[in-house]
Amino acid sequence: MHPRPRPVIDAHPICYHPRMRYLVTLYCLVLGALGLVACGPGSMEEPDVPVQRWNLPEVVYTEDGRPDPSILADRQILHRGVGTQPQGLDPQITEGVPSSTVQRDLFESLVVRAPDGSIIPGGARRWEVSEDGLYWTFHLRENARWSNGDALDAHDWLYSFRRAVDPGTGSRTAILLKPILHAEDIIGGRRPVEDLGVTVIDDYTLQLRLEAPNPLLTEILTHSVAYPVHRPTVEAHGDGWARPDAMVSNGAFKLAELAMQSHIRLVRNPYFWDVDNVIIEEVFHYPIEDLAAELMRYRAGELDWTYDLPATQFNWIEANLADELVVSDWFGTYYFGFNTLREPFDDPRVTVALSLAIDRDIITEKLTRFGQTPSFSFTPPGLDGYDPPQPEWVSWTQQQREDHARALMAEAGFGPDNPLRVEIRYNTHEDHKRVSLAIAAMWLETLGVRATLINEEFRVFLATRRARAITEVFRAGWIGNYLDPMYFLELFHSENQQNDVGFFNDEYDALLARAARTPDRAERFAILAEAEKMLLETQPFAPIYTYVTTRLVKPYVRGWESNLVDQHASRWMYLLRQDPVAPARNRRGDP
Amino acid sequence: MLPRYILRRLLGAIPTLLILITIAFFLIRIAPGGPFDDDKTLPPEVQANLDAKYNLDQPLITQYFMYLGSVLRGDLGPSFQYSDYTVNELIAEGFPVSLRLGGTALIVALVFGVAIGTIAAWRQNSRLDYLLMGSAMTGIAIPNFVLAPILILLFAVYFGWLPAGGWSGGAARNMVLPVIALALPYMAYVARLTRGSMVETLRSDFVRTARAKGLPEWKILGKHSLKVALLPVVSYLGPAAAAIITGSVVIEQIFGLPGMGRYFVQGALNRDYTLVMGVVIVIGVLIVVFNLIVDLIYALIDPRIRYE
Repeated sequence: MHPRPRPVIDAHPICYHPRMRYLVTLYCLVLGALGLVACGPGSMEEPDVPVQRWNLPEVVYTEDGRPDPSILADRQILHRGVGTQPQGLDPQITEGVPSSTVQRDLFESLVVRAPDGSIIPGGARRWEVSEDGLYWTFHLRENARWSNGDALDAHDWLYSFRRAVDPGTGSRTAILLKPILHAEDIIGGRRPVEDLGVTVIDDYTLQLRLEAPNPLLTEILTHSVAYPVHRPTVEAHGDGWARPDAMVSNGAFKLAELAMQSHIRLVRNPYFWDVDNVIIEEVFHYPIEDLAAELMRYRAGELDWTYDLPATQFNWIEANLADELVVSDWFGTYYFGFNTLREPFDDPRVTVALSLAIDRDIITEKLTRFGQTPSFSFTPPGLDGYDPPQPEWVSWTQQQREDHARALMAEAGFGPDNPLRVEIRYNTHEDHKRVSLAIAAMWLETLGVRATLINEEFRVFLATRRARAITEVFRAGWIGNYLDPMYFLELFHSENQQNDVGFFNDEYDALLARAARTPDRAERFAILAEAEKMLLETQPFAPIYTYVTTRLVKPYVRGWESNLVDQHASRWMYLLRQDPVAPARNRRGDP
Repeated sequence: MLPRYILRRLLGAIPTLLILITIAFFLIRIAPGGPFDDDKTLPPEVQANLDAKYNLDQPLITQYFMYLGSVLRGDLGPSFQYSDYTVNELIAEGFPVSLRLGGTALIVALVFGVAIGTIAAWRQNSRLDYLLMGSAMTGIAIPNFVLAPILILLFAVYFGWLPAGGWSGGAARNMVLPVIALALPYMAYVARLTRGSMVETLRSDFVRTARAKGLPEWKILGKHSLKVALLPVVSYLGPAAAAIITGSVVIEQIFGLPGMGRYFVQGALNRDYTLVMGVVIVIGVLIVVFNLIVDLIYALIDPRIRYE
């Protein structure tokens, strides 16, 4: 990073001329100054930025629970970072967090998530489930409208569900709908789309028939794939319907502008049934891949809300923007998997020993640093009614764990004379590299294990991991699409193609099947806990930490809450009035 | 004579482009992983539906000829990653941005680079020369990804004069910082090239003759020497123009610009086969065109060169 001026200048003999001295000195000074700035925030002391003191009004609510108009900013325009460029905005075709974030503002499913992440009525006013748990009847809102003013009724929902599972649509997420009767067969082309278990009872009543009772149906329905699409628009425009000149949607906002790789602008949808409670007038979603660049734009006042933060700048952010830093628990686990189809990882003594020897506190405190919590189970904590089971050694000190690990390794036949050699594989990324290095060092120090680090480009890595042929130890992460342990535990079902650790256990599979048939939540969770306990006994993977989401949010953005699924619809948010305190340092840039 | 020469050169480019397309087409398919792979695996049924939709279920050689056919019709296919868009649309949106940004940067680099280089050569081995060439060396040595954040930090975060990113349809204030960041290394390189060849030219016989004739210095520099001294700069400009105009991944990412440059890298990482191919073809065509333009300019400024 530091330019090295000396060699360049020495190349010119004339620099030794006394009269040149001052010029050279000046030049070096300039270079040095540049070098200092070049190190950027985080890595070096920076001149103190005057702390921007916010002068915000006290939040008061009107009688019906809305924020009082007197505290609101005149212009309600929200600027959000959205990560990478969304794949697209057709809810039934695309996947990925950026797409879902924008679609959540554009569309409304039968049910939606409240700011705290809980499920509340959306396009349906209410619903009931038949006694056998197979029929779900949704009573739709009669005042629901599309963004062009057209009425939205049960036929629109029927069309949309059928479109999602139609093989010709090419949906990437249709399989989420597999609890609905015949959905899987239709996706597989084995049945006509009309066989789907969705029925129009009357214009404002829709019935879903399931394959089997499924307590998770409403969780699944929050996903983009269950959003309704406007038939005349889709039929008129084909694949290009989800674009500003054509798109019709049913959510709190409608699409106004889409500039690839630049921004997506949404404006409030006047026909939205609950438009009176939507305060934000316009939302800008900015795809900014480079996290450091996103931070700069936030600091320059161009963003109110970042998608993520660069871990390397934690110190600077904590020192300067602590008030605006939001760290929330996320429903995901970062772990290292063992390919148990290969020796010696088929020996639980080895995998347990390797897992024990990892000092998770060091990883979360010194490496990831943003408040991630050490993890010992696969299902992350935080789910109401489910306490993830923990191995007994959770309560031990790290010293005790390491002693036990050494004993297990010796039992398995590894020791100083016969050290275990492993390959740790990860997808190319600075953060994964740092964690892998730390783990390799811990293994070497505690167990004398000689680890080789191998990094692969993301898609190459996925392919190797999936083949289960050459992998030994590999980095992985799993983030819940919906709030249930099943989403995590089914990863280790024998038939799951993503069972990259090769955990095959009939008893485990039977427990999952039993849980799927059990409608009672507490009972089901008890069965799942039993399954997870079984999984943790042999440690086919070493859980490292529970993910957190990290972002900066301007203090005047209100109405949102931290939640486990990290879903924050703009319709709940509002901007507080900012009263002047000091001459404004930053002007908000145009998009 | 000239039109026939141009035509011959363009016809000669067709086999080159064909080879380029062929190599690129098969090369990207060799890379492990597919366009629909992600952390969460797609079920086989879904994968099959997607493959069928995009003809990925056909034998590779069939896909190759299908692709060639559609390229000949001017259709670069659908993007796998950005499913609402075709590659034609993505390039049609991104290319003008890159062209405008790159073109501006190129002009800035050329005007200032040549001026700085000429002055440095004219005052060869003076303090001015060393200051200018030292700065040019620094300009070449500081990479974009260091320079750009410094500029943003200074002018957007601390002073708040300019936006930290974004395009705003190409507003001037949005272009200032990216143009500087993009132009600086090129400008520095052009300055060094100009100085080098200018120094040589100023020592040549015809300049001595001109001086002996008593021509004013500005005429010697600006009219007689510069024309000759620019030859290496012009030949450098061909590939440089193609590179700068097709967009810079780094600059586009850091400033959040909707150009075409990042599609190259993103397309490759996402295994978005059609997008990568589209960008490869555009860059290939541009290089051919710019090399032709360079050769034409060569002949224009150096009477010793003739179209063969």
